[in-house]
Amino acid sequence: MSLLDLKGITKSFGAIHALNGVDLSIAPGEAVGLMGDNGAGKSTLMKIIAGNFPPTRGQILIEGEAVLFHKPIDARNSGIEIVYQDLALCDNLTAAANVFLGREERTGIWPFRKLDHAAMTKRAGELFAELKSETRPRDLVRQMSGGQRQAVAIARTRLSDPKLVLMDEPTAAISVRQVAEVLNLIKRLKDTGHAVILVSHRMPDVFDVCDRVAVLRRGTKVADKPITQTTPEEVTGLIIGAIEAA
Amino acid sequence: MTDTAQQQSPAQKAMDHAAIDDSITSRQEMTGLGAMLRTQPFWVFVAILMLGLVMSFVSDAFMTERNMFNISRNMAFFGIMALGMSAVICTAGIDLSVGSLLGLAGINLALVLQAGWSVEVGFLACVGTAIIVGLINGILIAYLRLAPFVVTLGMLAMARSIAMVISNNKMVYEFGPDQDVFENIGGGSMMGVPNVVWVLTAMTLIFLWIWRYTQWGRWVIAIGGNPQAAKLSGIPVERVIVSVYVVCSLCTGIAAFMFIGYTGSATNAMGATYELNVISATVIGGANLMGGVVYALGAPIGAALVELIRNSLLLAGIPALWQQFFVGLFLILAVLLEQIRNRGGK
Ligand SMILES: Nc1ncnc2c1ncn2[C@@H]1O[C@H](COP(=O)(O)OP(=O)(O)OP(=O)(O)O)[C@@H](O)[C@H]1O
Ligand SMILES: [Mg+2]
Repeated sequence: MSLLDLKGITKSFGAIHALNGVDLSIAPGEAVGLMGDNGAGKSTLMKIIAGNFPPTRGQILIEGEAVLFHKPIDARNSGIEIVYQDLALCDNLTAAANVFLGREERTGIWPFRKLDHAAMTKRAGELFAELKSETRPRDLVRQMSGGQRQAVAIARTRLSDPKLVLMDEPTAAISVRQVAEVLNLIKRLKDTGHAVILVSHRMPDVFDVCDRVAVLRRGTKVADKPITQTTPEEVTGLIIGAIEAA
Repeated sequence: MTDTAQQQSPAQKAMDHAAIDDSITSRQEMTGLGAMLRTQPFWVFVAILMLGLVMSFVSDAFMTERNMFNISRNMAFFGIMALGMSAVICTAGIDLSVGSLLGLAGINLALVLQAGWSVEVGFLACVGTAIIVGLINGILIAYLRLAPFVVTLGMLAMARSIAMVISNNKMVYEFGPDQDVFENIGGGSMMGVPNVVWVLTAMTLIFLWIWRYTQWGRWVIAIGGNPQAAKLSGIPVERVIVSVYVVCSLCTGIAAFMFIGYTGSATNAMGATYELNVISATVIGGANLMGGVVYALGAPIGAALVELIRNSLLLAGIPALWQQFFVGLFLILAVLLEQIRNRGGK
């Protein structure tokens, strides 16, 4: 049984039709690459799955059950974690604080219940080490490089044990070494039965870790193929419209 | 760095990574002292010491126990209100209604006491008024997404007007059977320190704890930094914003309770233009109107500077008409200082 099924997802922002009847399924342990030109609707689709806003039409099924997400926390409670394209970080907080934002660890009993800074700093440090990122948990995000910020956003998804991880261009601003680590992380997630949707403009990344590639063009899914049955050239053609559909 | 790294053996490299990771986790961005030097409250504190030093030469009356007692008592009322204002400003909001609320809560408190109720009931009436006003402000701002400036400006007018209507434009100075207890709470002192200063001290410690150790505090700071990100992280942004305005009003309610007890009378004009002093104290204490910055110590320190300016002008024989000028000047200087520090930091 598939983990996630999207059925006829349509999304309009007023006169703009961002998505037109998109179907997509993903099984546990599977990684799907979602590709498409700028403005094709990739982020919109990810945000719908993550509960940022509801689709105008269409259905989301998780393990066969129709779900309705009213807010991001609903999706998270259903086992979906997301790395947003704009990372959604608070610049004025530390890296550790951002990793744990909204699910801070606390110790002690009320009224002396307090944030467990030591535990959060330690855990965040472990997560950054796992990502081989030179990110210091106590640093303010404001002072961080693009790659470090990305590490913070990715580390967030590792706090729980989600069923599905959505990554919206997680490798856009990072070094070669860190790209390799993110790709390794995706492979590890697959090996442990997690599903991943990877939005990326980087063809080699998608062909390295994904089992399938889906292509969106102007809000419509024009291809959805196993990676073994396609080539970077074909995918490029699909993205830019040189190839109508496949 | 790349050259030497390439020449290392794999084992060496692996060890290096482990070492790097280790040092990264334990390394802190700044030492405690360095961090302190970068905060505005610290520099304002230095300014207070310098102004105090200058004043001790200018006026013999300055360094007297009497004058210190007065300064600390006067600044405490503003300090208590500024603690709450800090929370509001941290969310990039503003509360212009605190002065009017001081008047309204004070009148309600006075009328309840005058009617013969106990001081406890009076306290509840005072704080209850504050909570209601805070709730109205907060709900309009958080759920109806009205601009804080406009909502609280409207509340400034409405609360003042209601205070006038309720008091029938009369002064209240009869506080019923508990008059002595009540006036002693607001006007008395313990161990040579005014009670209201004790209240400010206790509340400052509570807010220190709140900003450092509570989830609520963390959420307020996060909302000030990036409300969208806070929302996406599952923080109940609207509810937190409402609570912030309630907390601000609550602080004003507590200040009103102490203030009426101290002055021994309540008029409906009480607290007019206090919003200027409270917001100035908060901003001078390091709050950033763009949100995301809060210091518990900033409120009392900012309030102390504002009061010190007032006191110094008085003792230096400069006409009281200049007071607001200097409060405004220091407000602008504080914002300028913040700008300069930020540029230096980047
Ligand atoms: N909140 C919104 N309001 C109005 N229009 C929107 C909104 N979000 C997205 N759109 C529109 O929907 C379309 C798809 O945008 P989306 O961000 O999903 O593209 P994308 O495929 O992620 O592009 P990119 O590769 O640049 O990230 C665009 O035309 C965009 O302008
Ligand atoms: Mg996008």
